[in-house]
Amino acid sequence: MISLTSPIRTRAHSWPAGLKLAGLCLSTVVLFFIKDLTAQVAIATVVATLYALPGRAFLAAGWRHLRGFWFFVLIVAIYHTAVGEIYEGAVILLRLLSAIALANLVTMTTKLTDMIKVVRFLAKPLTIFGLSSKILELSIALVIRLTPVLVEKGSLLSQSWRARSRRKTSWRIILPFTILALDDADYVAEALKARGGFTLLKEN
Amino acid sequence: MEKNVALIALFAALIAALGLIPKITLLSGIPITAQSMGIMLCGTVLGAKRGSLAVVLFLVLVAIGLPLLAGGRGGLGVFTTPWAGFLFGFPIAAFVTGLIVEKWRGPNLSVIAITASIIGGIGALYLVAVPYYMVMKPAGLSEALLTAMAPFMPGDLIKAVIAGLVTGALYKARPASVLSRANDS
Repeated sequence: MISLTSPIRTRAHSWPAGLKLAGLCLSTVVLFFIKDLTAQVAIATVVATLYALPGRAFLAAGWRHLRGFWFFVLIVAIYHTAVGEIYEGAVILLRLLSAIALANLVTMTTKLTDMIKVVRFLAKPLTIFGLSSKILELSIALVIRLTPVLVEKGSLLSQSWRARSRRKTSWRIILPFTILALDDADYVAEALKARGGFTLLKEN
Repeated sequence: MEKNVALIALFAALIAALGLIPKITLLSGIPITAQSMGIMLCGTVLGAKRGSLAVVLFLVLVAIGLPLLAGGRGGLGVFTTPWAGFLFGFPIAAFVTGLIVEKWRGPNLSVIAITASIIGGIGALYLVAVPYYMVMKPAGLSEALLTAMAPFMPGDLIKAVIAGLVTGALYKARPASVLSRANDS
């Protein structure tokens, strides 16, 4: 599974992840209070320029990420056209796009390992409840490893359904799919225990 | 402990996988992504605590930049839209769903799980998502209901019924697997 971090190195890749996230929070709050269309157009232009700076390939990748949000843009556009609030609609749409684009920019320029460090920092207070950040990190690794495994098994289930039926894959494969996940959980738990389990993790 | 972590991780992966496997077609021919059904299943199968933790873990992975949401979306951008209330509401939805299945001990688990999925996976979820949308967009109540609730409601109702039926069938086939019903949980 590939993270959404851009392989194209930018200067922002080496900036501290915490700083980028704090900046993102601040700029999103500021964006929220700007109700002027010209200002929103200016901001959107700046954001687009930020994407264009590292080169055409980076811009194209950024556009692909933004394109996934077409449904939301469509809903807002239809609603504001229908009620006749074109100006407000344009402000809201531009703000929405700038906010998504800025957040995606942070994701694209921050390595997964740096993000996990931030999660580790944020999870520190949870140790009061007895939740070790090491267990959290192990869980993150487990999900990253197991999601492709489950997707593969799900696709196989779907294929075997289609091999036997003329109809399209039905919701009925969800049951065997859930059972597969439960069985895998048994194996993973056994494997973790066999390797010393969490007692070892806590000692190290 | 190891078992619980494995279950939470596997169900977080299950939510992701349900959004990534080819779309499932209903009898009526409408294709749906099964991701929000994964949230309901976390509650009905794992119970309130483990179920909501699995959902939180899933959201952490989305936030740190993995494309796990339906359609391969992910990263921080998805948390900035006015619809992000759905994401923030997911753990609460799983918790409420799980709590109802745990507390309501009736004979027919399918019916209980369907009801729980509707109250938790739809009721509790929209109780978070709609006000969030109203504040963040900002929008009035009628607009929020029209643009944040109406487009997703029919699909969510269908998913709640399927999640309930799957839970009931799972309980019949392997009672021990439905942890929300296990006495030791």
